[in-house]
Amino acid sequence: MSFTSLTDEDRAAMLAAIGVESVADLFAEIPADVRLDRPLRVDPALTEAELWAHLSELAGRNSGTGSELSFLGAGVYDHYVPAVVDAVMQRGELLTAYTPYQPEMSQGTLQAIFEYQTAICELTGMDVSNASGYDGTTVAADACFVAKQTTGRTRVVLAETLNPQVRQVVRTFAPGFGLEVVEVPHDGGTTDPERFGAACADAACAIFPQPNFFGCLEPAPELAAAAAATGALPVAHVDLMTLGVLEAPGAYGCALAIGEGQSAGNHMSYGGPHFGFLAARSDYIRKLPGRIVGETTDHEGRRGFVLTLQTREQHIRREKATSNITTNQTLLAVAGLIYLSWLGPEGLRDVGAASLSLAEHAKRRLGLPLAFDRPTFQEFAVRLGRPAPEVIREARKLGVHPGYALGRDYEGMDDVLLVCLTEKRTAADIDRLAEVLGRVRAVAA
Amino acid sequence: MSDESYPEELRYHEAHDWVRVEGDTATFGITWYAQDTLGEVVFYSPPEVGATVTKNADYGELESTKAVSPLIAPLSGEVVEVNAALDGNESTVNDDPYGEGWLVKVRLSDPGEVDGLMSAGAYRELLESL
Amino acid sequence: MKLIYEKSRAGRRAGRVPDPGVQAAEVPAELARSQPPRLPELAEPELVRHYTELSTRTFGIDTGFYPLGSCTMKYNPRINERAVGLPGFADLHPHQEDEGAQGALELMWRLQEMLAEVVGLDAVTLQPAAGSQGELTGLTLMRAYFADRGEDRTEVVIPDTAHGTNPASVAMAGYTLVRVQTDMRGNVDVDDLRGKVGEHTAGLMLTNPSTLGLFEERIAEIADIFHSAGALLYYDGANLNAVCGISRPGDMGFDIVHYNLHKTFSQPHGGGGPGGGPVAVRRELEPFLPVPTVARDGDAFRLDYDRPKTIGKVRGFGGPFGVFVRAYAFMRMWGPGLRDMSEAAVLNANYVLARLRDAYDLPVDRHCMHEFVVSARHLKREHGITALDVAKRLMDHGFHPPTIYFPLIVPEALMIEPTETETRETLDAFCEAMLAIAQEAADDPQTLKDAPHTRPVSRLDEAAAAKRLLVRYGFEDHPTSE
Repeated sequence: MSFTSLTDEDRAAMLAAIGVESVADLFAEIPADVRLDRPLRVDPALTEAELWAHLSELAGRNSGTGSELSFLGAGVYDHYVPAVVDAVMQRGELLTAYTPYQPEMSQGTLQAIFEYQTAICELTGMDVSNASGYDGTTVAADACFVAKQTTGRTRVVLAETLNPQVRQVVRTFAPGFGLEVVEVPHDGGTTDPERFGAACADAACAIFPQPNFFGCLEPAPELAAAAAATGALPVAHVDLMTLGVLEAPGAYGCALAIGEGQSAGNHMSYGGPHFGFLAARSDYIRKLPGRIVGETTDHEGRRGFVLTLQTREQHIRREKATSNITTNQTLLAVAGLIYLSWLGPEGLRDVGAASLSLAEHAKRRLGLPLAFDRPTFQEFAVRLGRPAPEVIREARKLGVHPGYALGRDYEGMDDVLLVCLTEKRTAADIDRLAEVLGRVRAVAA
Repeated sequence: MSDESYPEELRYHEAHDWVRVEGDTATFGITWYAQDTLGEVVFYSPPEVGATVTKNADYGELESTKAVSPLIAPLSGEVVEVNAALDGNESTVNDDPYGEGWLVKVRLSDPGEVDGLMSAGAYRELLESL
Repeated sequence: MKLIYEKSRAGRRAGRVPDPGVQAAEVPAELARSQPPRLPELAEPELVRHYTELSTRTFGIDTGFYPLGSCTMKYNPRINERAVGLPGFADLHPHQEDEGAQGALELMWRLQEMLAEVVGLDAVTLQPAAGSQGELTGLTLMRAYFADRGEDRTEVVIPDTAHGTNPASVAMAGYTLVRVQTDMRGNVDVDDLRGKVGEHTAGLMLTNPSTLGLFEERIAEIADIFHSAGALLYYDGANLNAVCGISRPGDMGFDIVHYNLHKTFSQPHGGGGPGGGPVAVRRELEPFLPVPTVARDGDAFRLDYDRPKTIGKVRGFGGPFGVFVRAYAFMRMWGPGLRDMSEAAVLNANYVLARLRDAYDLPVDRHCMHEFVVSARHLKREHGITALDVAKRLMDHGFHPPTIYFPLIVPEALMIEPTETETRETLDAFCEAMLAIAQEAADDPQTLKDAPHTRPVSRLDEAAAAKRLLVRYGFEDHPTSE
């Protein structure tokens, strides 16, 4: 391993040019009492071959979806990632570029972001998208901040059916933002519009998911209308991969649409890095966090792309900025764009329809009591009659991960399992799941 | 872009504003130096008509692509008019800073404050010292 | 070049989805999509060519020298990319049971340990998504710490050289900002500081070395001022590449530190992200860390949610795991030699500084750490050539420009950070380009003002972009160009 090129001769010549005797002289201004007078206590350096062996061993002790039949979802989805995504991501110019502050050096990155913004706007039915947020949790906090700055109100409403991690992140940052958080409990697996609207009085925004964390389809248009009636900004938290089948939030009156972008072309990678997306109606463009790319022309009239409205951002507006974000998730967002381009509108619809149809098939095939009597998308919750974590542990011994234990986040759901289907699963996989769940439950009986 | 100038008939504030006083109302704008430093103006965030402005306090913002400049009120009073013609034509502030590029008109609450402002000559001296 | 939407033709497609072979299901009609999204329609060859062409219009560290100050643009080892693609990492679901993720958890635990050692603090959360989120996390930890002690502290002090993220994070954490000036040696003005620290002070946010690339010589005294007032010190790790194995923030007196894994530890920046912003803290702050952290019980590793005083979560799951794999791989390949990495970075920076010092203005005349700031002030005064002109002309010499107009206290600033990656020959070529540009400012200023001349586009009209606000393709309504 060598990531520096300096030879002894280089060092001597450079020190002479600087006018010092040794490299140590360059650090002379560091007071002795804050210098480290011993080597760092970290493991000895590895060669690349040794490192590869070590990392392969670590990776080999993980059960990924290649080695275990998995029905896990709950916010991260095992859709197929095509080879073109990885191939383009490994183009060194895109991989190793910094933020495109110098547009003449960065037209490729800038155009890709412009194309990404377009795709997000198309999918969500919005006018403007930023260049990405960190993930599906932090964009919810961003949306709350936008809503506070826009409305001047200091309360935000979250449907309890939102991903628990999304709600946790909003709660972490709300006190600093000067916001109070109100959660609206679900009624039988979805959010009641009347109850939701009642909570929205004087709220800056109201965030609801579609589909929700239980896999159920919310009455999204009614929820958006109920929020809007109170002056709260309606915000939909959506999954891009459902938007070939489900209506765009812009079409039912949402002010903002946000979500986790992982499902579109990002490997699950034990939770990241992925990207969050945040799109809005044009009314809110000056309040949005993060970078936005705009089209313009150069001195010769050729089309080009630049970061625009940078005066919103921290490097110019500092403590009055719309956010502190700078590094975002551009590479992952571009992966999402490539994947969506690979699918096209029909492919996107096909992925959604296949996942939905497989989930309906699995519901019938498993024959377990449903936790909620509501239409669902690619996930559904079933009652197992015994603690879900036990079932998961035993099923895993048989090579199947059957899903997510909803009792981790919701009271009274200790025996509820959230099962997820994507287009990567097959009818045979569902047969295997039914068999394993049957055996595990029989053992218990 | 216009040529550098500082008209004699105007009064100046150290935050690079100019004032044209007519009776009990005054027109505010930014100086040639201010617009040159800021660069091409792309957005103007004005106060509302009826708002109170206080000498030396912010009353709005101008943005270029590289910077945001808070507008500092050179005098106190109530906003009676904002320059609506700038909406969509913000670079008028660069092209004609002392004419069509004016920002607000204010009914003064304390006309005596005018005495604290600089003449064109004093303002030029201030610029020399920067 | 055309947008991918302009290359789209109805009926073409690349990817196909397997037929599930089960009864087709539909969603309720009132929730179904009414208008299909206008995603691009292309076959795969054209798709690959499109994005490959975009890549050729982008300059990365793989393309050439990228002395972007404050950003630590160093080589990103290719083994890291192969490692994150291992199926046991890439295909690992974040809700996998701990027993099915032992390798990932062990990697995260080892990374926590190494990061703690590098900064000399006790406990680490890997969760924050980037440096600025690390800042917000650190400030939220401060809030929780003082609330737990029943203390009402409302102010955070930052120097006037700070990154813009610092004041923005302070505001988002609900604190009031107090600014401290810089003295003639480029350090925090300690006399100014003393008057600004008191019972309302929650803490100080400081980058050391500073954004001027200078080490704060009186850091122990500064730490003492804050600690005596009961306040905390926060270390912005943007410049950690200067001091790995040489000086540790914990030993300097800092209580909270964020790292930028995409700077110091080589996560490729991807045209804007992803990053990783772990936060380390002193023992007293550990109870407030976000959940989960990774704990070790003998030979087993687990996600630890048992932290009653936690601030909660700052992003999803345990953090950006792929970034951890790369940072871990990078640190394991250097081992204790991380010190050599920082020494090389500092040597390179001082060498470039020595070669440029006569042609550009120095705000402070000292040895620098891993980066330094010069000013194009006299070029502007004498020839009307700005830092922006110098930056654009460097592109014609095949270099990415340095950071410009930052820090704000230096007029016409050019902030140069070569990193340990570069050869002496590259540094020499860059210096010669900078010297040639300084000469050209006198001889042929117009060529400089019109630069760059060799890129796919010339200077772009940013004012027009801000006014038109064309931020998405408009399909049939899109203005025609080219």
